[in-house]
Amino acid sequence: MLTKRIIPCLDIRDGETVKGVRFTGIRRAGDPVGLARSYARAGADELVFLDITATVEKRNTFAELVQKIAHNINIPFTVGGGIRSEEDVARLLDAGADKISINSAAVRDPAVIDRLAGRFGSQCVVLAVDCKRHGDRSFVYLDGGRTQTERETLPWVREAEARGAGEILLTSMDHDGTKDGFALEITRKVSGSLNIPVIASGGAGRPEHFLEVFREGKADAALAASVFHFAEIGITQLKQYLHENAIPVRMT
Amino acid sequence: MDLVIIRYNAGNIRSVQIALSRLGVRAEVTDDAERIRNADKVIFPGVGEASSAMRYLQSHGLDALIAGLTQPVLGICLGLQLMCAFTEEGNTECLKIFHSEVKRFPPEKKVPHMGWNSIYGLKGPLFNGIPEGAYVYFVHSFAAEPCREQIAAADYIHPFSAALQKHNFYALQFHPEKSGDTGEKILKNFLMTGNSHGEMR
Repeated sequence: MLTKRIIPCLDIRDGETVKGVRFTGIRRAGDPVGLARSYARAGADELVFLDITATVEKRNTFAELVQKIAHNINIPFTVGGGIRSEEDVARLLDAGADKISINSAAVRDPAVIDRLAGRFGSQCVVLAVDCKRHGDRSFVYLDGGRTQTERETLPWVREAEARGAGEILLTSMDHDGTKDGFALEITRKVSGSLNIPVIASGGAGRPEHFLEVFREGKADAALAASVFHFAEIGITQLKQYLHENAIPVRMT
Repeated sequence: MDLVIIRYNAGNIRSVQIALSRLGVRAEVTDDAERIRNADKVIFPGVGEASSAMRYLQSHGLDALIAGLTQPVLGICLGLQLMCAFTEEGNTECLKIFHSEVKRFPPEKKVPHMGWNSIYGLKGPLFNGIPEGAYVYFVHSFAAEPCREQIAAADYIHPFSAALQKHNFYALQFHPEKSGDTGEKILKNFLMTGNSHGEMR
C-alpha cells in the first residue's frame, strides 16, 4: 500500500543548517549533511532543503552542499529557495537533487512551471505555496511570507497542476510556528481538488497533528522542521504512532 | 567492473550515477554503441515520455543494440517501460524484451503513483536478502501489466509489475537509487549478477 510520507525540512543559510521558525527568528545549528543522514536513518521518507541565503554570491555554496547531500543520503530530496530560472534548476538537478521547489518565481511568471515541467519532467517540479486566511478566503503570499498577492490558494494550485506541477507543498502561515496543528481545512480542500500529491506544512507540534492532517486533512505527506530539529518528536516514534493508528507508513 | 549507463533523451541519469558512486562503483554515461556492447554491465535508466524516448533510441540505433545485449542489463523506471512490448503512452511500440504491456493508471486515485510502496512476490537474484513487503520509492503514471516475466509486484489502484526479468535483462519500475538501504541492496545484487555473456540463456 502506498504510504504517507514524513518529511523533515532543513533551512540552509550560507551552507549551514539554521533552526527555527520559518517566518521569524532563526539560529545556527551546524552540518546539514550529518543532520540529513540522521533523519534518513530514523526513517524520514524524503527531505527538503530550503536555501534561505540572502545573497546571490552564496548560491554556489548551496549547489556544492546539494552535491554533498546527494553523495551521502539514499532517499529522495527536494531543494528550494530563490530558484528563478531553468539554469538554476539544471544546476541543482545536476548536483544530484531529485526535485526542486519553486514559489515566488512561479507566481510572478506562471509559465515557468510549464517550462520546467516540459524540460525536466513534472516529477521534479514541486510548487511551494505559502497561504494565509482572510476571513473565509485563503490568499497566496510571496517572498517568505512578506508580500501578499491577489491570488487565492485554490485557483492557483489548480492552475499550477494544469501547467505541470508534480506536487504541492502547502504551508499555512497562520499555523506555521504555532505548534497548534496543521491547517486541516485548506489542506483538505487543496488535496481534494487536485490529482497530484499534497505535502502539508506548518503547525506540527505533537504526533496527533500528523494523524489529523493525514486523516482529516487528506494530505499525502507532512513536513515539519522545528519539532524534528529540537527532538520534540522522534521520527521513528512518530511513524510507530501513526502505524498503530492505522495510517500506512513505511516502517524501517 | 566496467559499468555503463546509457545516455539518451530521458532525464535523471545523475541520481543513478551518484547512487552507484555511493556503492564505490564508477559508471560511465555513454551513447557509444561499442562502449555499451563491450561493457560488463549496462544500466538503462530514465524519466520522461515514452514515444519521444523510443524515437530517440531508434534514430540513434540504440533500440536494436539494447535488445541484443547479452551482459546483465538493468532498466529503471522508463527503462522498464521501454523494455516492454508496448506502452499506452503515445501508443508506442517498445523494445519487446518483455511481453508485458504498459498502461496508464486509471484516475481513481492520484496519478502519478508517487512515494514509498511495498513490493511482494519477490523472485530471483536481484531480491536476495530483501524481505517480502519491503518498501521502495516509486514515481510513475504508467505501469506494466502483470506477466510471466514478473519478479516483483506492487499494488496501486490495481496490481502491477514492480520488476521484470528475462535471461540477462532485469528491470525495476521503482527507483533503487532513491529507495534507501533496500534500494542499495538491490543495486548491489545487480552488480553481483553473473558477468559472462549469455550465461543465463
